[in-house]
Amino acid sequence: MNEISEIKIDNKPPQERYYTYAYLDEQTKRMIRRAILKALSIPGYQVPFGSREMPLPYGWGTGGIQLTAAIIGPNDVYKCIDQGADDTTNAVSIRRFFATVADVATTEDTAKATIIQSRHRIPERPLQSGQIMVLQVPQPEPLRSLEPRETETRAMHAYEEYGLQYVSLYENISAYGRIAATAGYPVMIDERYLMSPSPIPKFDNPKLDMSPAILLFGAGREKRIYAVPPYTKVRSLDFEDYPFETQTWDEVCALCGSDTSYLDEVVLDDQGNHMFVCSDSHFCAERRENGHLGPLAGHSLAQKSDDSNANRVLQEGIAK
Amino acid sequence: MAYVAVKGGERAITNAHKWLGEVRRGDTKIPELSVSQIREQMSLAVDRVMAEGSCFDPELAALAIKQARGDLPEAIFLLRAYRTTLPRFGFSQPVETAQMAVHRRVSAAFKDIPGGQVLGPTFDYTHRLLDFKLAAEGETEIDSAAQSYSEMPEELATIAQVFEHEGLLEIDGVNNNEDPPFDLTREPMSFPAERDQRLQALARGDEGFLLSLAYSSQRGWGNTHPLCGEIRMGEVSIGFIPDELGFEIELADVPMTECIMLSGFASIEGNAPQYTRGYGLTFGHNERKAMSMSIVDRALRARDMGGEVTAPCQDEEFVLYHSDVVEASGFVQHLKLPHYVDFQADLQFLRRLRSEFTQAKDALNQSSNEETKVAAQ
Amino acid sequence: MNAAAATPLDLSTLLPGFSEPARQSQSCFRLIMDATALPGSISDFADLCLTPPQGIDKAAAACLLTLADADTNLWLDPALRNSESENWLRFHTGAPITTEANTATFALISSIESAPNFGEFNQGDAKYPDRSTTILVMVSSLSGGTHLTLRGPGINDEIVIAPRGLSEKFWRERDELVAHFQFGIDLILSAGSQLVSIPRTTRITY
Repeated sequence: MNEISEIKIDNKPPQERYYTYAYLDEQTKRMIRRAILKALSIPGYQVPFGSREMPLPYGWGTGGIQLTAAIIGPNDVYKCIDQGADDTTNAVSIRRFFATVADVATTEDTAKATIIQSRHRIPERPLQSGQIMVLQVPQPEPLRSLEPRETETRAMHAYEEYGLQYVSLYENISAYGRIAATAGYPVMIDERYLMSPSPIPKFDNPKLDMSPAILLFGAGREKRIYAVPPYTKVRSLDFEDYPFETQTWDEVCALCGSDTSYLDEVVLDDQGNHMFVCSDSHFCAERRENGHLGPLAGHSLAQKSDDSNANRVLQEGIAK
Repeated sequence: MAYVAVKGGERAITNAHKWLGEVRRGDTKIPELSVSQIREQMSLAVDRVMAEGSCFDPELAALAIKQARGDLPEAIFLLRAYRTTLPRFGFSQPVETAQMAVHRRVSAAFKDIPGGQVLGPTFDYTHRLLDFKLAAEGETEIDSAAQSYSEMPEELATIAQVFEHEGLLEIDGVNNNEDPPFDLTREPMSFPAERDQRLQALARGDEGFLLSLAYSSQRGWGNTHPLCGEIRMGEVSIGFIPDELGFEIELADVPMTECIMLSGFASIEGNAPQYTRGYGLTFGHNERKAMSMSIVDRALRARDMGGEVTAPCQDEEFVLYHSDVVEASGFVQHLKLPHYVDFQADLQFLRRLRSEFTQAKDALNQSSNEETKVAAQ
Repeated sequence: MNAAAATPLDLSTLLPGFSEPARQSQSCFRLIMDATALPGSISDFADLCLTPPQGIDKAAAACLLTLADADTNLWLDPALRNSESENWLRFHTGAPITTEANTATFALISSIESAPNFGEFNQGDAKYPDRSTTILVMVSSLSGGTHLTLRGPGINDEIVIAPRGLSEKFWRERDELVAHFQFGIDLILSAGSQLVSIPRTTRITY
């Protein structure tokens, strides 16, 4: 019960000693932990929780950060990605936050991580048993774009009335000849709760189904936590005559040659030239280390984006 | 290379923060602002930050304003994030605004009310002419106001007390519920929202948003026909009963602004018609906020009064979900984070649609060309 | 509601709780979370340095110290009321003790015979099924009893558990409640330093 004295007394600079382990006070952690357990007990159901203001803005991963803060311990190895990459600025910022407030080891290696926090992607390397995937969620309610009122959507989930969602998908088919959702594609959890998988591309949806890892979803601003336990059925909505399908590319990754990963398009100039590279930066780097070469292998983007390098390229970019 | 700007890395962030520090300081030949200068001379900014930051601490609020370069929503955010780390000991006793040490009290409902109209330190009736004397370097002499505190009664009757014996104004604010008050800083919104939850959300709500909603109500989008019953500003003592003591102790005297807005009559639960009221209360001196809050509070009671919810200011989900400046600012501004993974997914879809469209069109052209040829033969 | 709140705590014989609350509750939570995510798998708190009073299993004690606080009502079965265990839980968690089963966030049951029907605990609300009671049942052992086969979310195909001392009637009663999913109660069975979690989604054959 002696929580106020739970202040770090180590050799950290003084300004960092004012905060408790993993930033949140113990009462807040307990509240989040209770919400996580109920979320795991009712897969896909959105548990309301007393989300707190974090030192990062709402919309920038506060739900994921609060989940991580409630579960992380000094024995964890933490990986944080944004758009699949470890070196995007917001991922760097969040990773640095936990390295500071939770004395935790960090990694870019998906296989070595015990907690993987992510915005918009699931890593290409299959998740393993014992890993926890924490996804940042801007809008937890899959029905929100169809019905703005929380009182209505909560009732729809309570009585399993998902007709509106199917109608909307069907309208897509009439308009475009196929289901138009490309990211944040709605899924059904254990055939009961309709759930937003967060804005991951639908390419990643199959990775959720029967995953051996614990999947936690946190929406800080909307104050909701939900979860999918390991080995749980996650079905992407579709119709018999319009089955669910994922994205495919005609190109391979220009750097590592992968033809199975999600690709980002990189604009090379204003003449319409572009290249495609793996969105999962660690997956791509690992393949290159193992000798896989793409058609543009050796391009400056393939250089390891450590800080000094990123900074150098940045300066070059400015000089040009 | 646009790609690199996104992947700035840790040093780029560090450098950006250093740059921000330099810009915050400005020209180093100009003396640095102290936190106490901000606290004393930008006190209305401090008041707003404390009110929307849900944390009464003028020193910290002034620090937040300094750190935020005067950006008040950013300062509010800083204070809220700090507040997160503080343990919660409990909740205070309700404040007795009737016992306020009044600096200002005006009523628009009567020419005079018991205790009198007390103008206090207000911008009202100032001519908004830039005062170039303030731009002059060095201390300018300040005319102090003639003080007549001796004539001020200990306790100024509130507008509610004035009306009480005739029953002209609904009595509210009595919470017979034994449950602790709703606390939005610890619980998420829940609907339908009780008045304690609504009032707390409004008290924390963005001043600009509430002002516009109140204004929209006045212009007919859910009009409550408001009349300013009373505004009072001054110090109120905050009482707290610690569990281990079991009796009330006084924690602090805190400046607050309260507004009671009289609104159109209604017969509540079969009683004789009465004025209804909207309520506003904020930390510090902030009449714009307290008045807006009281109008919106009353508008949100439309449902309780048996009215129909037709206008934005009456719709509690609309008002409560969108009034928080920290939430709104964060979510609007998160759009500048990279979204290239979802964009790529969309782009791919659009390209496919376009290529199908072109193919279909080409096929159509081809077949009509062939038809033309056939016809020509 | 707070029948026990008025009685003063006897601190003279009180055993300590967590010595490092932040670190220990974090590691305990991970064991509880793993158990909940993987119903039927056993989490063991053997490495935890904690000596609860007689009457509470180490695993159940660790659970409540980790999860209960002033915001959660705790229901204790009659055998635990006004005991050293109650004092210990009240002091270290700050949780209000309730005698009304349907207001309990957590319930601790030491003797299944004297426990009320599960239906008396909070089953949650159609719109807020998370408000249901989590029930901790202390049993003599998590092995050696009747074999139960579990299936459902969190279970790769199936898993068999054999807790001792729980009758078929107990499981039937639980089945009846969780048949109305999303309503239902979430169970944690503990014995000594071990626990196993059986959330409402788990389907049991026996």
